[in-house]
Amino acid sequence: MSEPLFSKKNLKLLSDPLNSSNPITVQVLGICSALAVTAQLKPAVVMSISVTIVLAFANVIISLLRNTIPNRIRIIVQLVVIASLVILVDQILKAYVYDVSKQLSVFVGLIITNCIIMGRLEAFALGNRPWQSFLDGIGNGAGYAVILIIVGFFRELLGSGSVFGFQVIPDSWYITNGGFYANNGMMILPPMALITVGIIIWVQRSRNRKLIEN
Amino acid sequence: MNFIKNIFENTKPYVQKGAKYHWLHSVHDGFFTLFFVQKNTSKSGTHIHDYIDLKRTMGMVVLALVPAILMGMYNTGYQHFKAIDELASTGFFEIFLFGLLKVLPIIIVSYGVGLGIEFVFAQIRGHEIQEGFLVSGMLIPLVMPVETPLWMIAVATAFAVVIGKEVFGGTGMNIWNPALVARAFLFFAYPAQMSGIKVWVAGSQATDAITCATPLGDAASGVISYTASDAFFGLVPGSIGETSTLAILIGAVLLIVTGIGSWRIMLSTIAGGAVMGLILNAFAGSASLSEANQVFFAIPFWHHLILGGFMFGAIFMATDPVSGSQTVSGKWIYGFLIGILAVLIRVVNPAYPEGMMLAILLMNTFAPLIDHYVVQGHIKKRLKRATVSGRTA
Repeated sequence: MSEPLFSKKNLKLLSDPLNSSNPITVQVLGICSALAVTAQLKPAVVMSISVTIVLAFANVIISLLRNTIPNRIRIIVQLVVIASLVILVDQILKAYVYDVSKQLSVFVGLIITNCIIMGRLEAFALGNRPWQSFLDGIGNGAGYAVILIIVGFFRELLGSGSVFGFQVIPDSWYITNGGFYANNGMMILPPMALITVGIIIWVQRSRNRKLIEN
Repeated sequence: MNFIKNIFENTKPYVQKGAKYHWLHSVHDGFFTLFFVQKNTSKSGTHIHDYIDLKRTMGMVVLALVPAILMGMYNTGYQHFKAIDELASTGFFEIFLFGLLKVLPIIIVSYGVGLGIEFVFAQIRGHEIQEGFLVSGMLIPLVMPVETPLWMIAVATAFAVVIGKEVFGGTGMNIWNPALVARAFLFFAYPAQMSGIKVWVAGSQATDAITCATPLGDAASGVISYTASDAFFGLVPGSIGETSTLAILIGAVLLIVTGIGSWRIMLSTIAGGAVMGLILNAFAGSASLSEANQVFFAIPFWHHLILGGFMFGAIFMATDPVSGSQTVSGKWIYGFLIGILAVLIRVVNPAYPEGMMLAILLMNTFAPLIDHYVVQGHIKKRLKRATVSGRTA
């Protein structure tokens, strides 16, 4: 096998999850965390990075072990690998971005149960070589990140009037200061995250008609 | 009439198939059917045609809403002048005119935004313009507090039409009543503008001097601030169209006589509310309730029917043929549960004084399930009765 590292086929592993096989909008995995951590942009970004790292390295490790893992206990082996990586990520977050880590609270730990990771290990890493698995992990992590960041951007902008914690909507616009504007309180409630994801799916499928199931 | 007919005849060539403005043909058809009856007949099979089409059904509901609209306008002025203590020195027409000028912009915004979106969707999807919004566009202003900013009405209307209706496939496909989706959206998105003491009387946003809670809001904190006759005739603060039980009942008569609204749903909703009111009365003396709660539990059961949005919801919202139950026994169950839930929510959870909205939305969600079990029940009953002739089982 003398395939170049970035052959067309390998690049497809990176780019497909961004659109036609997006983990959230097409595979419908990892919805729970997409709803929980997107009320603001900063935790959404940190969450995306964490999931991408865990996913990429779990993919690589499982792919390296794929020929030695007995089929009947493969789920437990996968869980051990994921859990170790999540603990590492959790500790790093606690050490360097403590406030965000507190905001994410249990959701970092819950990366272990994020369906995207288990799904990609089962569907891809168990049957492919490490480099391809790594690219698949990065690609799917990025696909997850794109949706989280879009949702987080709109929820923070409309729900709190800020982006990345910076106030974007002028204070003088608010009703309490004599203006006319008010933040949309529903945007920071989880149902609105679901509706936002739904709108993204709607837009994506009306642009890419192949994704519409009959 | 010939003059209007000529306009449509003259513009027709431009929207025919292949012509330059063909993409606007559904707009043309939409306005044409507003004035005339389409002569097109179906080409195959046997169909029964009736002039009571969707547009005329909707027109009838809007007609039934007229008493509530007029009374809402008058009450808007009445509450304003009462709050600034000039009621005695202001004439009837001045009061009505003030209310008219307050309410009209809300109606215009609701229709403008909603119909605009309907037209755009009809063009994009290439189907006919459907008239479902004629009623929703009138219901939306009537369930809002008069001081709701116009841009919020616009946002809520857009949300209701797009997320509440078009997503599911447009008129006739929606799960929930669009007008209530609009109200629920505002209720959760902008609670400060949709509840409390500063939104119910025109002018109260501008000056701190005018504050006024709805009778339900007062009752939730243990104060009885209304008389039953005021609540019946509609001279209490509240959403624009919901206050006058009398005006709503006049509309109800029209709906029942023309057969457009289901009297079963109306009756069972009212029965449900009354039953729940009686149950709460029975517990009113309980020592485990707070003092405010004891007052609210103890109000006569029929007051629940004339307060807040109960009657408006029962007559105009619960009977929505799209989102309500379809089967006869389903309608009884559906309406009865709406009544029970509405009173239960408004009394037991004072944070949601408008239990009617939540009750109807919840039962809209369950209406298909109720219908499913009613139909299954029929099938089972008939199977039991059925015998296979000429054979022994």
